[in-house]
Amino acid sequence: MNWFLGHLDEVGSLMATHAVLASAPLLAGLLLAIPLGWLARRYRVLRTPLIVGTGLLYTIPSLALFILMPLVLGTGILDPLNVVVALTVYTVALLVRTVSDGLASVPEDVLQAASAMGIGRVSRFFKVELPLAVPVISAGLRVAAVSNVSIVSVAALLGIAQLGSLFTDGFARNYLDPIVVGILACIALALVFDLLIVALTKVATPWLRVGSPA
Amino acid sequence: MNLLWEWLADPNNWSGPEGVWTRLVEHLSYSLVTLVIAALVGIPLGLWIGHTGRGRLTVVNLVNGMRSVPTLGLLFVAVLVVGPLLAGDVAFLGPAIFVLVILAIPPILAGAYAGVEGVDPGVRDGARGMGMGELQVLTKVEIPVALPLIFSGLRSAALQVVATATIAASVSVGGLGRFLIDGQAYRDYGEMAAGALLVALLAVCVDLVFAAVQRLVVSPGLAAPNDSLRWRAAPQSVPTTT
Repeated sequence: MNWFLGHLDEVGSLMATHAVLASAPLLAGLLLAIPLGWLARRYRVLRTPLIVGTGLLYTIPSLALFILMPLVLGTGILDPLNVVVALTVYTVALLVRTVSDGLASVPEDVLQAASAMGIGRVSRFFKVELPLAVPVISAGLRVAAVSNVSIVSVAALLGIAQLGSLFTDGFARNYLDPIVVGILACIALALVFDLLIVALTKVATPWLRVGSPA
Repeated sequence: MNLLWEWLADPNNWSGPEGVWTRLVEHLSYSLVTLVIAALVGIPLGLWIGHTGRGRLTVVNLVNGMRSVPTLGLLFVAVLVVGPLLAGDVAFLGPAIFVLVILAIPPILAGAYAGVEGVDPGVRDGARGMGMGELQVLTKVEIPVALPLIFSGLRSAALQVVATATIAASVSVGGLGRFLIDGQAYRDYGEMAAGALLVALLAVCVDLVFAAVQRLVVSPGLAAPNDSLRWRAAPQSVPTTT
């Protein structure tokens, strides 16, 4: 506790970096997964290769992916971009299937009703399909957000500073306090992300609040 | 890229007590031991929870909660706290295996639980109506029907373990992670990248082996026509990575 109070600034700045490293891939991953998930849903032939392909990427352990990133990106090993891109890959892998499942969860009669009302294909997607898929997508996004926060800390082994640095520093000095503070800070950050997504989902799905079970 | 191929092409890096083959065997044995222990705990517990319906909320919270705990921190805490109580190599390996088991249990538990929970109540009642006892219902009906999800839980756990065993190299245990950690320490990017590539290949192979075994073991009556069922059940056992 004393250690924490004495290092508030340090923990705060590491936490801010950590939050950026975990959230940027979340947004990038979501933006990429929406068109890919749509493709997987729209064209049955593409579904299996997309989901199996991203699934295989997902199996690659994070430390290995961080280390291999410079070969793909031409970055240095210490570049935080490696972490952002690697986590974007994981997020996309997780969300392609979620988005595709989410779009599949939209009832067919709703789509027909929308089309019958004369809505175009594109605006039907953005005004009807995507909003109705939000609850399912949001569930996947929560999983991705929470695991991203945890995975970012692994990058400390490569010397990329964020909350995980508290683990490596503490371990090197045989000192438990920073490690425990780091763990708690990670969990707190994951919780904040989770609550934020839940809140945004509520705002985005007003129809779920009027009591009709969906 | 060249550094990577040079390292891989050097036969000295493959043989001996610090060569790739030895490290691979270490990695696989840690993973196997962990998975067996975790399965011995997780599967019976998951089956019991799924069968009786008790403690389901605990499972869901446990699985979600564990996801937010940073693996690396947990590993270091275990080594610093438990390590001094043990002597020699076990001081690192013991806590590392302990953490691996802790991380592997939730997905296995969730898979077994979700599998049994998802069994059609009509099927279960039918089995009872035919005069089966509770144990028979479990072993002859619920477990076979739950197998796909039990396997997907094991598969997630296996990937999690292979990945975390890599990170465990940072607390002085063996396994393929040694190349990643030692390469970093010696500023040898070739060794790091080669180790990373090997770890990635290992993870993909493990995943494919589990997928293949799953196909062989699961009753064809469950696997073939009902693809939609598998997808729908899947969010229960979301894959984890580390």
